[in-house]
Amino acid sequence: MASPRRKGIRFSRLYSFSCVKSAFGDEHSQIGLKGYSRVVYFNDPDSPEQTLLRYPSNYVSTTKYTALNFIPKSLFEQFRRVANIYFLVVACVSYSPLAPYSAYSVLLPLLLVIGATIVKEAIEDWRRMKQIHLDLTNNFQDIEANNRKVKVYDRDHGFQIARWKRLRVGDLVKVHKDEQFPADLLLLSSTYEDGICYVETTNLDGETNLKVKHALDVTCTLHEDDSFKHFKAVIKCEDPNEDLYSFLGTLFYNGEQYPVSLQQLLLRDSKLRNTEHVYGVVVFTGHDTKVMKNTVEPPSKRSKIERKMDKIVYVLFSLLVFVSLIGSFFFGITTENDIDDDGEMTRWYLRPDQTTVFFDPNRAAVAAFLHFLTGLILYGYLIPISLYVSIEIVKVLQVIFINQDMDMYHEETDRPATAKTSNLNEELGLVDTIFTDKTGTLTCNSMEFVKCSIAGVAYGRGLTEVERALAKRRGDALDDSEVTSSASTQSDDGMAPGKSVKGFNFHDDRVMNGQWVNEPHADMIQKFFRVLALCHTAIPEVDEDANEILYEAESPDEAAFVIAARELGFEMYERSQSHISLRELDHESHQKIHRPYELLHVLEFSSSRRRMSVIVRNVENQLLLLSKGSDSVMLERLSQKSQDFVNATMDHVKRYAEAGLRTLVLAYRELSKEEFSSWEKEFLDAKATVGADRDALIEAAADKIERDLILLGATAVEDKLQIGVPECIEKLENAGIKIWVITGDKMETAINIGYACSLLREDMEQIVITLDYPEIIELEKKGDKEAVAKASRESVANQIRQGTLLLSSYEGRSIYPALIIDGKSLSFVLSQNLEGSFLHLAVNCASVICCRSTPKQKALVTRLVKKGTGRTTLAIGDGANDVGMLQEADIGVGISGVEGMQAAMSSDFAIAQFRFLERLLLVHGHWCYRRISMMVCYFFYKNIAFGFTLFWFEAYASFSGQPAYNDWYMSCYNVFFTSLPVIALGVFDQDVSPQLCLKNPELYKEGIRNILFSWPRILGWILNGIICSVVVFFFTTSSAAQQAFRRDGHVVDYEVLGVYMYSCVVWTVNCQMALSINYFTWMQHFVIWGSIAFWYAFLLIYGAFPPLFSTTAYQVFVEACGPSPFFWLGTMLVVVLCLLPYLLYRTVQTEFFPMPHDIIQKWQRETSDGRSGKVREKDTLLCK
Amino acid sequence: MSSDDGSSKKVSRKPRYSRFTQQELPACKPILTPALVIGILMCLGIISIPIGLLALSASKNVVEVVDRYDDVCIPSTDQKVGFIKDPATNKTCIRTFTIPKKMRKPVYVYYQLDNFYQNHRRYVKSRSDRQLWNPKAESSTTVCDPEGQTGDGKPIVPCGLIAWSLFNDTYMLSKNDAALQINKKDIAWRSDRTHKFSSNIYPKNFQNGTLIGGGKLDESIPLSQQEDLMVWMRTSALPTFRKLYGKIETDLEANEKITVTIQNNYNTYSFNGKKKLVISTATWIGGKNDFIGKMYMAVGGTSIVLGVIFSLLYVFKPRPLGDPSYLSWNKSPTLD
Repeated sequence: MASPRRKGIRFSRLYSFSCVKSAFGDEHSQIGLKGYSRVVYFNDPDSPEQTLLRYPSNYVSTTKYTALNFIPKSLFEQFRRVANIYFLVVACVSYSPLAPYSAYSVLLPLLLVIGATIVKEAIEDWRRMKQIHLDLTNNFQDIEANNRKVKVYDRDHGFQIARWKRLRVGDLVKVHKDEQFPADLLLLSSTYEDGICYVETTNLDGETNLKVKHALDVTCTLHEDDSFKHFKAVIKCEDPNEDLYSFLGTLFYNGEQYPVSLQQLLLRDSKLRNTEHVYGVVVFTGHDTKVMKNTVEPPSKRSKIERKMDKIVYVLFSLLVFVSLIGSFFFGITTENDIDDDGEMTRWYLRPDQTTVFFDPNRAAVAAFLHFLTGLILYGYLIPISLYVSIEIVKVLQVIFINQDMDMYHEETDRPATAKTSNLNEELGLVDTIFTDKTGTLTCNSMEFVKCSIAGVAYGRGLTEVERALAKRRGDALDDSEVTSSASTQSDDGMAPGKSVKGFNFHDDRVMNGQWVNEPHADMIQKFFRVLALCHTAIPEVDEDANEILYEAESPDEAAFVIAARELGFEMYERSQSHISLRELDHESHQKIHRPYELLHVLEFSSSRRRMSVIVRNVENQLLLLSKGSDSVMLERLSQKSQDFVNATMDHVKRYAEAGLRTLVLAYRELSKEEFSSWEKEFLDAKATVGADRDALIEAAADKIERDLILLGATAVEDKLQIGVPECIEKLENAGIKIWVITGDKMETAINIGYACSLLREDMEQIVITLDYPEIIELEKKGDKEAVAKASRESVANQIRQGTLLLSSYEGRSIYPALIIDGKSLSFVLSQNLEGSFLHLAVNCASVICCRSTPKQKALVTRLVKKGTGRTTLAIGDGANDVGMLQEADIGVGISGVEGMQAAMSSDFAIAQFRFLERLLLVHGHWCYRRISMMVCYFFYKNIAFGFTLFWFEAYASFSGQPAYNDWYMSCYNVFFTSLPVIALGVFDQDVSPQLCLKNPELYKEGIRNILFSWPRILGWILNGIICSVVVFFFTTSSAAQQAFRRDGHVVDYEVLGVYMYSCVVWTVNCQMALSINYFTWMQHFVIWGSIAFWYAFLLIYGAFPPLFSTTAYQVFVEACGPSPFFWLGTMLVVVLCLLPYLLYRTVQTEFFPMPHDIIQKWQRETSDGRSGKVREKDTLLCK
Repeated sequence: MSSDDGSSKKVSRKPRYSRFTQQELPACKPILTPALVIGILMCLGIISIPIGLLALSASKNVVEVVDRYDDVCIPSTDQKVGFIKDPATNKTCIRTFTIPKKMRKPVYVYYQLDNFYQNHRRYVKSRSDRQLWNPKAESSTTVCDPEGQTGDGKPIVPCGLIAWSLFNDTYMLSKNDAALQINKKDIAWRSDRTHKFSSNIYPKNFQNGTLIGGGKLDESIPLSQQEDLMVWMRTSALPTFRKLYGKIETDLEANEKITVTIQNNYNTYSFNGKKKLVISTATWIGGKNDFIGKMYMAVGGTSIVLGVIFSLLYVFKPRPLGDPSYLSWNKSPTLD
């Protein structure tokens, strides 16, 4: 790039409000004090002063671990779990004579479990790293952020390419168009003469409009590469913080001080737009940058199941202590009796006269206490050591399934569903209430110009979705043309005549294709379109390839206007500092002519003004003020003379709003030269003032000219519902999930959208809570704030009371109430102790809509419901304003859509479209919930079944602490013989196919009621475990009492009984698994039967080791058990006896007290057997 | 706006299809239909009852004679313990019993102890497998305390409480005054003889201490031939246990009178343990125990009864699982 052209535009003149010059305010006095202590030496990062400050490098790492801290940190994380600490202590104690097992056999499973968890952490962290770069860098996912290149100034060599991570504080960098800023930079100058530049901050705050940044005047002149040779300056500014919307500093340059504000700060991860290049100095690097300060870890959320699981682990710990206590009590008694009252040894073979402290009859109490510790170790098998790691592995695999689900992949945006955390998979199956944002979540957030009203005549055919929904509810037959148009608008492309234009969905032959010239108010129409084409801040961009003009606009609404003007024949094709050029159709000559307009002033849109105006001079030398704004603001500014069609227009505006459209009123006014010049003087004076009241002065000046406007008409822009939203909402409602819409929209719009997405229905009774009452408005006008607050509170309380009364009157009747509340009332509800009654009212309503609510209210409402009902909440949203809500809710789902990544970044799950929520909840949520709860129950079952056999054996070994089995059998129990089937259950089990999950949303209610993980069910499994242990122990010992178990007369000894009992346990728990799962793929077969086979293989291999190592297992299978028919028959008998009760219980239960999934499973079986026609018929039957 | 640029070089993030990732693997989805359950129960019954009958008949074919002698082979004094501990007293005791049915060879002779905790942790651990197998590891006796070393520090071979408490009652059987040979060969597991008890190690310093536990060992016979010791050292699982004493390699006819001359040496009186002499035959299922056969019969019988009950229910009161009208929530109001 040679010497770049300096564009002759001084945009600073155009922007009246955003380019406010910074002035020293009170805050600047804080510079240098606490919190404002940062010092940056510009262009001199090597200076001793700068290096002394030791600011961090620009290297960014978003992973949880680094290579160095990985091992200690992940180990630390591991041992934060009570269960793992317990096992660690056990492993340490196992080196002492207290331990009933050999130390290695205790250590091995612990090491395996910890190792598996660490490997899993490493993989997950690696994936997270990839993921974050994917998100942050948007289109550059291949390039690691740290290794991206940027031009850095070097005093000797000019600008050199360097990697991002090499940047230091104080470096001078040059950033080109469409590049991201490598760090937080202080803008020095740009290619524009006045040092402004455009920045896209989508990655930061999710706003799609471009922001204007403005360099200080003193540095604007430094716009050549070589002008920095002698540039030196120092900035003192605030310390790194996470506030994206503030920056405060003082620039010391050439002996002067200049105030520096956010206007000069270019934030990392935002992008340079519409500007060839800028020069900037690095102020914050790496983790000091505002964006990195903002990427705080989302609050770590744990699922309800896991929290309950912890409780069960504590229950098991108590059980463990209890069992150990019993054991040590009896042990104490028997030990004391080893020497009788006469001092004679009773069990002389134990040599109680020469014994250790552990078995000393004279110190029986001590021995009992020590035995208690032994017992805690011995019965440690009651605590499933591999539970946590198995669950984590399972969840990671479940996440892969979620991420890989093709039915949740959105082609247009190329975004699959992504789970940011694996903690909450099963929580997806428990959702009771969904809080959803409207714009961008239920709707596409792509504005389409659909209707307009010009001079009192409504133009624009075609129905909006809301209208269609309304019509459908009324049962009106739509005629064919409308049906086709609705069909074509459903899909984004394929607009009927000609090509489709994004942002434009307007059809009216009266005005299209230049036909408007024949309309009665052609001149008005022409002015109307001119306002559309001129009154904006969009910038045209010529796409050379397609020979098209594209627009960069601050908001999608504005883009829709310019596009509409273009499509209707008023094409803005060039914008310069002082001119806007249109190609327009002359309504007299019917020719396309080029018309330049001299742009004199732009009075931009702001949320307080709610209007925007431009002042232009046309070729006829007329001065025109063109305005657009919200109906209420514009109405009071209309001239008294132009009342002709005000009523008609306002009528249209109202109808548009009812149809769910966003409306703006357009007006204009011709200015006389004198009026303009006198106003301009005043305005420029106001702009030139320095001081706090400057803004107010400018506003007042603007206000003066925006008067006596002549109404032209109104526009209506539609924010279309996303595809499949109504169907999805209906499904979710059938699944028993309550849906709350929390939106910033007007009440009318919100209600209409509610209708459109079938959240509200005709048969619903609306309970509206609002403060939009004349009395309160009257009070507000008087300005008595206290009285207003008091009256408002009373009014809200009263309305809630009435609503509750109404609600109770509906009981038993099939009337479903819907609650609609506005933001103002909501603020009283949330701050004035009305939460309880409000909540009571709201949770009993079928649908709730909160309109005009602020981001904070969104979060507060979410918290209110979460805390108040204790139910699982899910929040879904797409914008930065939803982040609070997403983080507050039990599950935050971000729509990774148009409004940038902010919401998706702080969410737990990110999906591309609202409709994917259906699959996420009804299929994945249901499955994951089912799998995890089954898995946890089974885990406790299998460990109890095993652990209690040890206890029963103890009862027959005078509680001496001798385990029933060989050490290594036991240590392999959790990690080899029973681990894989339970993982397979957690990963693969499906009670019902995804199609049926979606067809029968009622199935989801199992999760909402949490019946698969209720205490009765958990205790049932624990009981099953105890029963199995009893059966295994007593039937094996009774069958192998004392007699020979083989033809050659050998009797069952300790070694054989261990193998016998252990085989029974392995068979039982694995067969129990086979009985419990619903979905047998080859993998299930492999792991279940494989686990059993592996037990025998293990016996063979381990038994073949020399006896010194294999001890009691030496050749025990080959020599003793294998050839004995008794061994096999006994095993079979015990297994059958263990499983028969469960089988009978399940049979009776599915037959006579079927659970929802039982019914649907049976039904799935029936329908898959039958013909497809039968399937369809049956399907609809169940859906009703 | 921003997502448009650079899309051409982007790699699609579309998940690739595979039956695995889409969770569509071919699977069998077993559900407990009444037919299936009835089938399972019936099969269970049909399989179990014959097995039970077989096992039961095998057990019935076993002839077993059990004779408790600890209470009779002792003078009826209160000083049972003193009697048994006194090495000088004559502990010979003669018992006779009749063979109820013909016993085919081999006839196994067992001793049965009661209330003897061979599975006590202290007892089980009190042995040194290294010492039994490796001649060089003679002195690795730490685990054997207090029976690891003699008073003067010499290692005891075999060391430990198990060996020390070796059972030392002896039985001499005779039939019609003719002595019955009791074969003591091969009564231990082969793996014990070949891999646990070395043929190069001879008992040493055994039972030399002040307190004599159980039996003594012939110091001229290597451990690998001390089968009584091996049998004893295979500790039992439960406090009531039998151990093989020897085999009689001749058939015993019904109604034959057997006389046993017992040397009642072993002290079970301290802990109130019973001692029994058992002679028994064995079949494919082992010794006499009806338990397994009866249980199979019970399981089979119950299965068939339940199967029949379910069938009747199924026939007379059919209740198809898949009928949506049974969906519980259809009765409660929904938002339709």
